[in-house]
Amino acid sequence: MADKVLFEFLHTEMVAELWAPHPDPGPGGQKRSLSILESIGFRVGQALGERLPQETLGFREELDVLKFLCKDLWVAVFHKQMDSLRTNHQGTYVLQDNSFPLLVPMASGLQYVEEAPKFLAFTCGLLCGTLSTLGFQSLVTTSVTSLPACKFQVVIRKP
Amino acid sequence: MSRPAHRRPECHKINKDLLVLTYGALVAQLCEDHEKDEDVNKYLDKMGYGIGTRLVEDFLARSCVRRCHNYSEITHIIAEVAFKMYLGVTPSVTCNNSSKNAFSLILDKNPLSEFVEELPAGRSSLCYCNLLCGIIRGALEMVHLAADVTFLQDRLKGDRVTEIGITFLKQPKERKSQRRK
Repeated sequence: MADKVLFEFLHTEMVAELWAPHPDPGPGGQKRSLSILESIGFRVGQALGERLPQETLGFREELDVLKFLCKDLWVAVFHKQMDSLRTNHQGTYVLQDNSFPLLVPMASGLQYVEEAPKFLAFTCGLLCGTLSTLGFQSLVTTSVTSLPACKFQVVIRKP
Repeated sequence: MSRPAHRRPECHKINKDLLVLTYGALVAQLCEDHEKDEDVNKYLDKMGYGIGTRLVEDFLARSCVRRCHNYSEITHIIAEVAFKMYLGVTPSVTCNNSSKNAFSLILDKNPLSEFVEELPAGRSSLCYCNLLCGIIRGALEMVHLAADVTFLQDRLKGDRVTEIGITFLKQPKERKSQRRK
Protein backbone atom coordinates (compact mmCIF):
# COMPACT_ATOMS: atom_id res chain seq x y z
CA MET A 1 0.00 0.00 0.00
CA ALA A 2 1.38 3.37 -0.98
CA ASP A 3 0.03 5.05 2.13
CA LYS A 4 3.40 6.67 2.78
CA VAL A 5 2.85 8.93 -0.20
CA LEU A 6 -0.70 9.72 0.84
CA PHE A 7 0.48 10.68 4.31
CA GLU A 8 3.20 12.94 2.86
CA PHE A 9 0.69 14.72 0.61
CA LEU A 10 -1.77 15.03 3.50
CA HIS A 11 0.98 16.52 5.67
CA THR A 12 1.86 19.09 2.98
CA GLU A 13 -1.78 20.14 2.62
CA MET A 14 -2.14 20.38 6.39
CA VAL A 15 0.82 22.71 6.61
CA ALA A 16 -0.55 24.82 3.74
CA GLU A 17 -4.07 24.97 5.15
CA LEU A 18 -3.37 25.38 8.84
CA TRP A 19 -0.54 27.83 8.29
CA ALA A 20 -2.27 30.21 5.95
CA PRO A 21 -5.39 31.59 7.60
CA HIS A 22 -3.95 33.35 10.59
CA PRO A 23 -4.13 37.09 10.00
CA ASP A 24 -1.23 37.95 12.29
CA PRO A 25 1.87 37.65 10.13
CA GLY A 26 4.25 38.46 12.98
CA PRO A 27 5.96 36.06 15.34
CA GLY A 28 2.80 35.75 17.46
CA GLY A 29 0.74 34.42 14.56
CA GLN A 30 3.55 32.17 13.42
CA LYS A 31 3.86 30.70 16.87
CA ARG A 32 0.15 29.92 16.96
CA SER A 33 0.27 28.18 13.60
CA LEU A 34 3.26 26.13 14.67
CA SER A 35 1.58 25.15 17.90
CA ILE A 36 -1.56 24.00 16.07
CA LEU A 37 0.51 21.71 13.88
CA GLU A 38 2.43 20.54 16.95
CA SER A 39 -0.75 19.81 18.84
CA ILE A 40 -2.09 17.72 15.96
CA GLY A 41 1.22 15.83 15.93
CA PHE A 42 1.01 15.41 19.69
CA ARG A 43 -2.44 13.82 19.49
CA VAL A 44 -1.27 11.48 16.79
CA GLY A 45 1.90 10.63 18.71
CA GLN A 46 -0.10 9.84 21.84
CA ALA A 47 -2.42 7.55 19.91
CA LEU A 48 0.47 5.87 18.09
CA GLY A 49 2.19 5.35 21.44
CA GLU A 50 -0.84 3.38 22.62
CA ARG A 51 -0.55 1.08 19.61
CA LEU A 52 3.07 0.18 20.11
CA PRO A 53 4.05 -3.42 20.85
CA GLN A 54 3.62 -4.34 24.52
CA GLU A 55 7.31 -4.83 25.21
CA THR A 56 8.09 -1.19 24.47
CA LEU A 57 5.78 -0.02 27.21
CA GLY A 58 8.07 -1.69 29.76
CA PHE A 59 11.00 0.64 28.99
CA ARG A 60 12.38 2.23 32.08
CA GLU A 61 15.58 3.78 30.87
CA GLU A 62 15.33 7.09 29.04
CA LEU A 63 18.06 6.12 26.64
CA ASP A 64 16.22 2.92 25.68
CA VAL A 65 13.13 4.94 24.88
CA LEU A 66 15.07 7.39 22.74
CA LYS A 67 16.79 4.55 20.92
CA PHE A 68 13.39 3.05 20.29
CA LEU A 69 12.17 6.36 18.81
CA CYS A 70 15.20 6.56 16.57
CA LYS A 71 14.94 3.03 15.30
CA ASP A 72 11.52 1.44 15.53
CA LEU A 73 9.27 4.48 15.54
CA TRP A 74 11.19 6.31 12.83
CA VAL A 75 11.20 3.20 10.62
CA ALA A 76 7.50 2.65 11.16
CA VAL A 77 6.60 6.25 10.40
CA PHE A 78 9.29 7.40 7.97
CA HIS A 79 10.69 4.11 6.63
CA LYS A 80 14.22 4.87 7.72
CA GLN A 81 16.19 5.03 10.92
CA MET A 82 17.38 8.22 12.50
CA ASP A 83 20.93 8.85 11.36
CA SER A 84 22.42 9.76 14.70
CA LEU A 85 21.53 10.11 18.37
CA ARG A 86 23.67 12.08 20.79
CA THR A 87 23.11 12.81 24.44
CA ASN A 88 24.68 14.64 27.30
CA HIS A 89 23.38 11.93 29.64
CA GLN A 90 21.54 14.62 31.55
CA GLY A 91 18.21 14.50 29.79
CA THR A 92 19.06 16.25 26.53
CA TYR A 93 19.14 14.27 23.29
CA VAL A 94 19.88 15.41 19.77
CA LEU A 95 18.38 13.27 17.02
CA GLN A 96 19.76 13.95 13.58
CA ASP A 97 18.14 12.93 10.33
CA ASN A 98 20.28 13.71 7.29
CA SER A 99 17.49 13.12 4.84
CA PHE A 100 14.19 13.78 6.55
CA PRO A 101 11.43 12.50 4.25
CA LEU A 102 9.08 15.43 4.84
CA LEU A 103 11.83 17.87 3.79
CA VAL A 104 13.22 15.88 0.86
CA PRO A 105 10.55 17.00 -1.63
CA MET A 106 11.04 20.65 -0.70
CA ALA A 107 14.56 21.58 -1.58
CA SER A 108 18.17 20.65 -1.18
CA GLY A 109 20.66 22.99 0.39
CA LEU A 110 20.20 26.42 1.90
CA GLN A 111 17.11 27.50 0.03
CA TYR A 112 13.88 27.60 2.04
CA VAL A 113 15.60 26.99 5.38
CA GLU A 114 13.32 29.57 6.99
CA GLU A 115 10.25 27.70 5.69
CA ALA A 116 11.41 24.40 7.12
CA PRO A 117 10.10 24.76 10.71
CA LYS A 118 6.47 24.51 9.63
CA PHE A 119 7.23 21.17 7.96
CA LEU A 120 8.77 19.90 11.18
CA ALA A 121 6.16 21.08 13.66
CA PHE A 122 3.90 18.06 13.25
CA THR A 123 6.80 15.67 13.79
CA CYS A 124 7.95 17.55 16.90
CA GLY A 125 4.49 17.07 18.31
CA LEU A 126 4.54 13.42 17.28
CA LEU A 127 7.75 12.77 19.21
CA CYS A 128 6.40 14.64 22.23
CA GLY A 129 3.12 12.74 22.14
CA THR A 130 4.74 9.33 21.83
CA LEU A 131 7.10 10.13 24.71
CA SER A 132 4.13 11.25 26.75
CA THR A 133 2.40 7.89 26.30
CA LEU A 134 5.61 6.16 27.27
CA GLY A 135 5.65 8.16 30.48
CA PHE A 136 8.06 11.00 29.71
CA GLN A 137 7.29 14.71 29.58
CA SER A 138 9.47 16.43 27.06
CA LEU A 139 10.18 19.55 25.09
CA VAL A 140 11.07 19.03 21.44
CA THR A 141 12.59 21.71 19.24
CA THR A 142 14.14 21.55 15.81
CA SER A 143 16.94 23.15 13.89
CA VAL A 144 17.71 23.08 10.19
CA THR A 145 20.89 24.35 8.62
CA SER A 146 20.70 22.70 5.23
CA LEU A 147 17.75 20.82 3.74
CA PRO A 148 16.86 17.99 3.91
CA ALA A 149 18.91 17.41 7.06
CA CYS A 150 17.42 18.42 10.39
CA LYS A 151 17.94 17.93 14.09
CA PHE A 152 15.35 17.28 16.76
CA GLN A 153 16.39 18.34 20.22
CA VAL A 154 14.54 16.43 22.93
CA VAL A 155 14.79 17.60 26.51
CA ILE A 156 13.23 15.21 28.97
CA ARG A 157 11.62 17.12 31.81
CA LYS A 158 12.28 15.74 35.24
CA PRO A 159 9.06 15.23 37.27
CA MET B 1 14.84 4.49 -2.32
CA SER B 2 13.64 0.93 -2.58
CA ARG B 3 11.19 -0.41 -0.07
CA PRO B 4 12.32 -3.31 2.07
CA ALA B 5 10.67 -6.53 0.98
CA HIS B 6 9.39 -7.44 4.43
CA ARG B 7 8.14 -5.08 7.04
CA ARG B 8 7.46 -6.30 10.54
CA PRO B 9 3.70 -6.51 10.89
CA GLU B 10 3.56 -3.97 13.69
CA CYS B 11 5.49 -1.45 11.57
CA HIS B 12 2.94 -1.76 8.81
CA LYS B 13 0.11 -1.31 11.25
CA ILE B 14 1.68 1.80 12.75
CA ASN B 15 2.15 3.24 9.29
CA LYS B 16 -1.47 2.64 8.32
CA ASP B 17 -2.65 4.02 11.62
CA LEU B 18 -0.52 7.13 11.11
CA LEU B 19 -2.59 8.21 8.11
CA VAL B 20 -5.93 7.48 9.76
CA LEU B 21 -4.97 9.10 13.07
CA THR B 22 -3.51 12.18 11.36
CA TYR B 23 -6.66 12.57 9.32
CA GLY B 24 -8.80 12.30 12.44
CA ALA B 25 -6.74 14.91 14.26
CA LEU B 26 -6.98 17.19 11.22
CA VAL B 27 -10.78 16.92 11.06
CA ALA B 28 -10.95 17.60 14.81
CA GLN B 29 -8.82 20.72 14.38
CA LEU B 30 -10.96 21.97 11.49
CA CYS B 31 -14.07 21.42 13.63
CA GLU B 32 -12.48 23.55 16.35
CA ASP B 33 -11.65 26.30 13.86
CA HIS B 34 -14.97 26.33 12.00
CA GLU B 35 -18.43 26.27 13.52
CA LYS B 36 -20.36 25.31 10.40
CA ASP B 37 -20.22 21.80 8.99
CA GLU B 38 -20.34 23.22 5.48
CA ASP B 39 -17.10 25.10 6.08
CA VAL B 40 -15.30 22.02 7.38
CA ASN B 41 -16.60 20.03 4.40
CA LYS B 42 -15.41 22.76 2.08
CA TYR B 43 -11.90 22.80 3.55
CA LEU B 44 -11.63 19.03 3.45
CA ASP B 45 -12.69 19.07 -0.20
CA LYS B 46 -10.20 21.83 -0.99
CA MET B 47 -7.35 19.99 0.71
CA GLY B 48 -8.37 16.79 -1.04
CA TYR B 49 -8.32 18.62 -4.35
CA GLY B 50 -4.76 19.77 -3.69
CA ILE B 51 -3.73 16.23 -2.83
CA GLY B 52 -5.52 14.74 -5.84
CA THR B 53 -3.79 17.00 -8.34
CA ARG B 54 -0.45 15.62 -7.19
CA LEU B 55 -1.49 12.10 -6.27
CA VAL B 56 -2.58 11.37 -9.82
CA GLU B 57 1.01 11.66 -11.05
CA ASP B 58 2.19 9.25 -8.39
CA PHE B 59 -0.66 6.92 -9.30
CA LEU B 60 0.07 6.95 -13.02
CA ALA B 61 3.75 6.33 -12.37
CA ARG B 62 3.05 3.34 -10.14
CA SER B 63 0.18 1.74 -11.92
CA CYS B 64 0.91 2.02 -15.67
CA VAL B 65 -2.79 1.87 -16.43
CA ARG B 66 -3.81 1.58 -20.03
CA ARG B 67 -5.68 4.36 -21.81
CA CYS B 68 -9.39 4.39 -20.92
CA HIS B 69 -12.13 4.62 -23.48
CA ASN B 70 -15.11 5.50 -21.38
CA TYR B 71 -16.19 6.78 -18.00
CA SER B 72 -17.02 3.31 -16.76
CA GLU B 73 -13.45 2.11 -17.28
CA ILE B 74 -12.11 5.16 -15.48
CA THR B 75 -14.40 4.59 -12.50
CA HIS B 76 -13.39 0.95 -12.31
CA ILE B 77 -9.73 1.93 -12.28
CA ILE B 78 -10.34 4.42 -9.48
CA ALA B 79 -12.07 1.69 -7.47
CA GLU B 80 -9.97 -1.35 -8.29
CA VAL B 81 -6.51 0.15 -8.66
CA ALA B 82 -6.31 3.53 -6.95
CA PHE B 83 -8.37 2.82 -3.85
CA LYS B 84 -6.65 -0.52 -3.47
CA MET B 85 -3.22 1.05 -3.85
CA TYR B 86 -3.66 3.92 -1.40
CA LEU B 87 -6.28 2.76 1.05
CA GLY B 88 -6.19 -1.01 0.77
CA VAL B 89 -9.89 -1.36 -0.03
CA THR B 90 -11.79 -1.97 -3.26
CA PRO B 91 -15.18 -0.29 -3.46
CA SER B 92 -17.74 -1.81 -5.78
CA VAL B 93 -18.88 0.25 -8.75
CA THR B 94 -22.44 0.87 -9.92
CA CYS B 95 -23.67 2.93 -12.82
CA ASN B 96 -26.43 5.32 -11.90
CA ASN B 97 -27.84 6.47 -15.21
CA SER B 98 -28.43 5.39 -18.76
CA SER B 99 -26.18 8.07 -20.23
CA LYS B 100 -23.35 6.30 -18.37
CA ASN B 101 -21.73 9.36 -16.89
CA ALA B 102 -22.84 8.97 -13.26
CA PHE B 103 -21.36 6.24 -11.09
CA SER B 104 -21.14 5.28 -7.46
CA LEU B 105 -18.33 3.78 -5.45
CA ILE B 106 -19.78 1.71 -2.64
CA LEU B 107 -17.57 1.15 0.39
CA ASP B 108 -18.48 -1.39 3.02
CA LYS B 109 -15.50 -0.41 5.06
CA ASN B 110 -13.97 3.04 5.00
CA PRO B 111 -10.43 2.93 6.33
CA LEU B 112 -10.25 6.68 6.98
CA SER B 113 -13.07 6.47 9.49
CA GLU B 114 -11.85 3.24 11.09
CA PHE B 115 -11.54 4.78 14.54
CA VAL B 116 -14.66 6.92 14.35
CA GLU B 117 -17.72 5.49 16.06
CA GLU B 118 -20.04 8.35 15.37
CA LEU B 119 -19.99 11.98 14.36
CA PRO B 120 -19.53 14.49 17.19
CA ALA B 121 -22.67 15.99 18.69
CA GLY B 122 -23.96 18.92 16.68
CA ARG B 123 -22.01 17.86 13.59
CA SER B 124 -24.64 15.88 11.77
CA SER B 125 -23.87 17.43 8.38
CA LEU B 126 -20.17 16.78 8.59
CA CYS B 127 -18.87 14.72 5.67
CA TYR B 128 -16.03 13.18 7.63
CA CYS B 129 -14.25 11.73 4.59
CA ASN B 130 -14.84 14.65 2.26
CA LEU B 131 -11.10 14.65 1.57
CA LEU B 132 -11.72 11.62 -0.66
CA CYS B 133 -14.17 13.53 -2.84
CA GLY B 134 -11.65 16.32 -3.31
CA ILE B 135 -8.89 13.85 -4.13
CA ILE B 136 -10.95 12.14 -6.84
CA ARG B 137 -12.08 15.48 -8.28
CA GLY B 138 -8.54 16.90 -8.33
CA ALA B 139 -7.04 13.79 -9.85
CA LEU B 140 -9.66 13.65 -12.61
CA GLU B 141 -9.18 17.32 -13.40
CA MET B 142 -5.47 16.76 -13.94
CA VAL B 143 -6.34 14.28 -16.66
CA HIS B 144 -8.77 16.77 -18.17
CA LEU B 145 -11.97 15.24 -16.84
CA ALA B 146 -14.35 17.50 -14.97
CA ALA B 147 -16.55 15.74 -12.44
CA ASP B 148 -18.77 16.36 -9.46
CA VAL B 149 -17.86 14.08 -6.59
CA THR B 150 -19.97 13.93 -3.44
CA PHE B 151 -21.03 11.59 -0.70
CA LEU B 152 -24.43 10.08 -1.45
CA GLN B 153 -24.53 7.82 1.60
CA ASP B 154 -22.41 7.77 4.74
CA ARG B 155 -22.23 5.04 7.35
CA LEU B 156 -21.30 7.65 9.93
CA LYS B 157 -24.68 9.26 9.30
CA GLY B 158 -26.55 6.02 9.81
CA ASP B 159 -26.66 4.75 6.22
CA ARG B 160 -25.93 1.12 5.53
CA VAL B 161 -22.93 1.78 3.33
CA THR B 162 -20.74 4.67 2.33
CA GLU B 163 -21.40 5.74 -1.25
CA ILE B 164 -19.37 8.24 -3.23
CA GLY B 165 -21.08 9.55 -6.36
CA ILE B 166 -19.00 10.58 -9.37
CA THR B 167 -20.79 12.47 -12.14
CA PHE B 168 -18.63 13.19 -15.14
CA LEU B 169 -19.42 16.55 -16.67
CA LYS B 170 -19.27 17.14 -20.37
CA GLN B 171 -16.43 19.45 -21.33
CA PRO B 172 -17.83 22.89 -22.21
CA LYS B 173 -17.21 23.96 -25.78
CA GLU B 174 -14.63 26.69 -26.17
CA ARG B 175 -16.37 30.06 -26.22
CA LYS B 176 -14.92 33.37 -27.14
CA SER B 177 -15.22 35.43 -24.00
CA GLN B 178 -17.18 38.62 -24.37
CA ARG B 179 -16.63 41.56 -22.13
CA ARG B 180 -19.75 42.79 -20.49
CA LYS B 181 -20.08 46.47 -20.06
